[in-house]
Amino acid sequence: MYAQMVKSESADDSAEAKAFQERIDAGEKIEPKDWMPAGYRKTLIRQIGQHAHSEIVGQLPEGNWITRAPTLERKAILLAKVQDEAGHGLYLYCAAETLGVSRDELTEMLLDGRMKYSSIFNYPTLTWADMGAVGWLVDGAAIMNQVPLQRTSFGPYSRAMIRICKEESFHQRQGYDIMMKMAAGTPEQKAMAQNALNRFWYPSLMMFGPSDKDSIHSTQSMAWKIKMNTNDELRQKFVDQTVPQAEYLGLTVPDETLKWNEEKGGYDFAEPDWDEFFEVIKGNGPCNTERLAARNKAWDDGKWVRDGLLAHAEKRAIKKVAAE
Amino acid sequence: MAQVDQAQLFEFLCRMGDNTLVLGHRVSEWCGLAPVLEEDIALANTALDLIGQTQMWLGLAGEVEGKGRSADDLAMLRDVWDFRNVLLVEQPNGDFGQTMMRQFLFDAWHLAVLTALAESSNDRIAAIAAKAVKEVQYHVERSGDTVIGLGDGTSESHQRMQKALNLLWPYVGEMFVTDAVDDAMAKAGIAPDLATLRAAFDTHVGGILTEATLTIPDGKFTHKGGKTGFQHSEHLGHMLTQMQWLQRAYPGATW
Repeated sequence: MYAQMVKSESADDSAEAKAFQERIDAGEKIEPKDWMPAGYRKTLIRQIGQHAHSEIVGQLPEGNWITRAPTLERKAILLAKVQDEAGHGLYLYCAAETLGVSRDELTEMLLDGRMKYSSIFNYPTLTWADMGAVGWLVDGAAIMNQVPLQRTSFGPYSRAMIRICKEESFHQRQGYDIMMKMAAGTPEQKAMAQNALNRFWYPSLMMFGPSDKDSIHSTQSMAWKIKMNTNDELRQKFVDQTVPQAEYLGLTVPDETLKWNEEKGGYDFAEPDWDEFFEVIKGNGPCNTERLAARNKAWDDGKWVRDGLLAHAEKRAIKKVAAE
Repeated sequence: MAQVDQAQLFEFLCRMGDNTLVLGHRVSEWCGLAPVLEEDIALANTALDLIGQTQMWLGLAGEVEGKGRSADDLAMLRDVWDFRNVLLVEQPNGDFGQTMMRQFLFDAWHLAVLTALAESSNDRIAAIAAKAVKEVQYHVERSGDTVIGLGDGTSESHQRMQKALNLLWPYVGEMFVTDAVDDAMAKAGIAPDLATLRAAFDTHVGGILTEATLTIPDGKFTHKGGKTGFQHSEHLGHMLTQMQWLQRAYPGATW
């Protein structure tokens, strides 16, 4: 779930808006040139933009370990994964561009803090096991949200999600594979795996965002099929899927209240610390400053490159015209 | 297949594999920090190709050596003096221009060598080269285009690229210096005589640099000592402290 707490605009009650809603209810895809309510467009730009930014910032915590990957194969897999993430960012920015906002505009809004990225990427990756935990838990949580979004009403977003989901399931498997190796490894490796689970469990639950069952914004987004499930539904599904996986690894989920509830057919579990979540969203997470600084530095340091390549392309275009 | 001293063959394979390992590592340091998203993807892709080639070269090196060392053992458990990469590839990334200039100078050499190695008398080497050369054709096309684009871009990008060329040019010569190992490989038809590749390299590189409006610095001086392992730069040791850290800190663990 790379888009959190996306504020939804409200619908209007024009005849066009009603017809639009009927198309969505009938399961039709909305394409960029179709009429759409301003609120639908704005909400989607926010959501797709936030998702794209999450992919981009998400390169950093994993990039942190590419140069320290323990084997050539692990290094290659991690490189491929981070490359996929940059690719996901690209598809998503392209999807957002069909709504009339440029990639550069979205980038500027990320860099100056007007737009957000997922809270999870503000947590540090401290050991190699964190590469396992990120793949297993973070990508696992993301998939929970992204699989239903393949059916979202906006065509370009839906198609981007279909491509992204194929790659994300590979990411999750490679993360779990790292965890399996660690959990079956030396006592130090097992301790490292447990430590990673301890740190990433609650931040992963936070990825779904606070309960929104009573939220007006969510209701509108769900009517527009921009959001397919409530945050609580997805969080429950994630916990139900993940707990047996932790047990298989021989690791302990850091929640003493965790218990199977026969009646609901799911686990009861402790809520994450939502005060911490709001602090992270406000910029007070462990790595917010570093992540934004790294992105800003990359953008600023790269300005001469972008300018240079653009100047060259213009010179070439002029030469071509002159030659014709 | 021509007979060749196995220790020399091992040495030759380490040179190929260490070049791609060290450069692949350097390029991977860019992860998430490139000037534009497409470059993040391209840099990761290049690093990925180079690490894949490393697995093949060092894997074969380990087999030839016959002491049971894997590609990972060679990559992660040798110290600086056992590395056989040329000095060019261990030079720090610098700015994006310096990274791309380093990449282009290496790619142009790499393409020439791999093209010849695809005809090697050693089938295993020919097979690795045939796979790698396809990747490297793309690498050199991209790095060459970038050198042209930035060299012939704005005055700032031009100055930065000229500075990168001035800095890195003295490392080019080492890629063509030959020693007893190269002579033995050439004699056995395993690898080309490196000296014969220089003229084509100069034509290729000269053409791109001219289009980039850049000037090759005067002087024949060349830094040496990487490919023989006699004297690396100080940079390599620091790279190894990162690259080998986990394997060194937790000996015997599998990952």
